[in-house]
Amino acid sequence: MSTSTVTPSAPAFDRESFDRLVGASALPEWAIAARRQAFERLESLTLPDRRDENWMRTDLRLFKPKAWGPRPAPIRAGVADEGLLAPAILSGDLASESYADFEAAASPVGPATLGGRFAAVDGHVVRDELDPALAAQGVVFGSSDRLLAAHAELFRPHWFSVIDAGCDWFAALHAAFHAASAVLYVPPRVKIAAPLHVISGISEGGVDTSHVLVVLGEGAEATVLTETAGGGPAGGAGGFHCGGTEIVVGRGGLLRMVNLQNWNTGVWHVARQRALVHENGRLQWTLGALGSRLSQVAQDVALVGRGADAQVNGVMFTEGRQHLVYNTLQHHEAPSCRSDLLYKGALQDRSRLVWRGMIKVDKAAQKTDGYQRNDNLMLSDEARADSIPGLEIEADDVRCTHGATSGRVDAEQIFYAQARGLSADEAARLVVAGFFQQVFDRITIPQVREALARAIGSRIRRIT
Amino acid sequence: MTHAAKETLVVSNLHVSVDGQEILKGVNLEIGRGEIHALMGPNGSGKSTLGYAIMGHPSYEVTSGTIELVDADGTRHDILAMEPDQRARAGVFLAFQRPMSIPGVRLADFLRHAVTNVRNPDRKEGHELMPMRDFRTELKSKMGELSMDTEFARRYVNDGFSGGEMKRAEILQLAMLRPKFAVLDETDSGLDADAVRLASESIARIGGAEMGILIITHHEQLLEHNIPLKTHVMLGGKIVESGGPELAQELHKRGYERIRAAYPEAAAAEKAMEESARAVSV
Ligand SMILES: Nc1ncnc2c1ncn2[C@@H]1O[C@H](COP(=O)(O)OP(=O)(O)OP(=O)(O)O)[C@@H](O)[C@H]1O
Ligand SMILES: [Mg+2]
Repeated sequence: MSTSTVTPSAPAFDRESFDRLVGASALPEWAIAARRQAFERLESLTLPDRRDENWMRTDLRLFKPKAWGPRPAPIRAGVADEGLLAPAILSGDLASESYADFEAAASPVGPATLGGRFAAVDGHVVRDELDPALAAQGVVFGSSDRLLAAHAELFRPHWFSVIDAGCDWFAALHAAFHAASAVLYVPPRVKIAAPLHVISGISEGGVDTSHVLVVLGEGAEATVLTETAGGGPAGGAGGFHCGGTEIVVGRGGLLRMVNLQNWNTGVWHVARQRALVHENGRLQWTLGALGSRLSQVAQDVALVGRGADAQVNGVMFTEGRQHLVYNTLQHHEAPSCRSDLLYKGALQDRSRLVWRGMIKVDKAAQKTDGYQRNDNLMLSDEARADSIPGLEIEADDVRCTHGATSGRVDAEQIFYAQARGLSADEAARLVVAGFFQQVFDRITIPQVREALARAIGSRIRRIT
Repeated sequence: MTHAAKETLVVSNLHVSVDGQEILKGVNLEIGRGEIHALMGPNGSGKSTLGYAIMGHPSYEVTSGTIELVDADGTRHDILAMEPDQRARAGVFLAFQRPMSIPGVRLADFLRHAVTNVRNPDRKEGHELMPMRDFRTELKSKMGELSMDTEFARRYVNDGFSGGEMKRAEILQLAMLRPKFAVLDETDSGLDADAVRLASESIARIGGAEMGILIITHHEQLLEHNIPLKTHVMLGGKIVESGGPELAQELHKRGYERIRAAYPEAAAAEKAMEESARAVSV
């Protein structure tokens, strides 16, 4: 295992690297063909620019595409252990400080084991495990290199067909160079209580292009936790993540999905994520974002079968000079579906958070119930938040609403809490925790809620 | 100052400004533990300003004078040098005329932080909170004494509370925190007749012989069970007259006409303050 740091001669995302990747690949021919197609597309594209409305509020001037490429080996393998969610589940210690949780002590404390664990560092798989009891029920989980060839019938129909692999330079790069990717298949009617955990770590100056594909059969249930960790701080070698997530919830299935982005502050994070929810399927999808230098995330939900339901939660905390951009789409393609998006962000220092949301209702999607809301809490005068909701409705019998708020921590609230003996910092943290409570209430996995709350709490500094 | 036989809160020649505008113009007040004082005065005379200055609100600048806690042995503690939370931990409490809401934070969780800090003045954030079990037992019993529904503790601090509910929540906090000195700023306003009676009884019970209380009020009922040792009248940013309980009754019956006539200087200051307040609001 190499421990050398990245040198300027590190490989780039070019033909040489591509040929090496394909040469060493264990993927089946159909997956390699998809790679090749994406690579051709990549060569015809340039970096997105600000004329593209999805990228209008994203500053890529300092992103140097040639500086990044596949890393030949994990630089620092230990980074895969630095996630927040696996320890939160495994410690078995909810340790909630909440009165309400205490009062409700009879209710379940939540899962305390993981059904499977997958970890990658700098684009290399370092852990690939599934509880044998789940495997015996037909659950397939782990490395795509290992599983795509063996289970083509399960994955081929969905692999890079849920997201648009050619829509821009990053999407094409991801589709051409994805590595250390994870797939999950849950057979019809199999219900998994223990979460499946996927972590992608990078070393300082590292690169991650991992892909995640989750397929739930009819009536299947699962909880998937994915997280990212590592990379270098702003000002150093940083890191680069160019990822993709594809989700298919079968008829009547239920997926709880959590994606926690917790990179160090020097990491470029570009992710394209899309879910298809079939008839009466339910998706509860939570994005947590705490890190990165710059994030550009597309989070799309398509409700493709009657009665499908998607709840989308966002918990964002930004600080320093972080700049996070989210483009969300709730696409109602079928009638009588419900989508409910709530993004909440707290901004510290000179950070910037952009949310651009769209509810799109097709002509066929009568009786749509769509909601989107973005609340931001400004913890400094220099932070900036943009909320841009949008509706595009072609059906006539729908209920679609949106809202956005932006507020500040009120000095009077801090004084009130101080007058009751709370230090100013403690008061500020309580006020911010209160701000997130509404979205935390929607996250049904208590340990995830607690881990997010603590991570945010630890980052809040005195509010001036 | 004379040597105090019991702990006292001593305000001396206090001048307080807001935005450079002087509001308090030399206030003197001395409250011993176990004593009840009433503070009355027309709207805008500076009563709440005194409460804020005692608690350390950052917008209220003390330009001269002192506020001190004096131990029974005469040791003096300058509370102006303390942050508001240090004052709370030193045993000072203010029931707000207009309490702030903190959405998303349950009253119980808020109070547990408060109680833990006030009882362990050296506690740093992150140190353990009072055990939930003990806290809950105590909270429930206090709420029972105040005839409050325990569900109330699960609501977010003052968020969507009615005027009366806010005041009752302030009394609950007083009961849980058991300070040495409390300023109750119009804790009776917004309460219905029954609730005022209950508040009056509760405050008397909570206060007992241990607490020095300054009751700011425009009414009499709160004083029914809390007979003031002294009644102070504030006008134009000064305490112009002090008397016994009969003074409170007189003011309640007859208003401030006699006071204004007797203290023309303070009455002039009141006029000037009103005018400048009007000028600011225009
Ligand atoms: N934060 C502030 N900003 C501007 N002016 C203030 C502020 N606080 C108090 N004042 C002014 O100081 C004066 C005294 O106000 P204060 O609230 O102390 O009066 P009060 O005696 O409590 O009146 P009330 O009986 O109506 O509660 C008023 O003229 C008021 O407008
Ligand atoms: Mg007042």
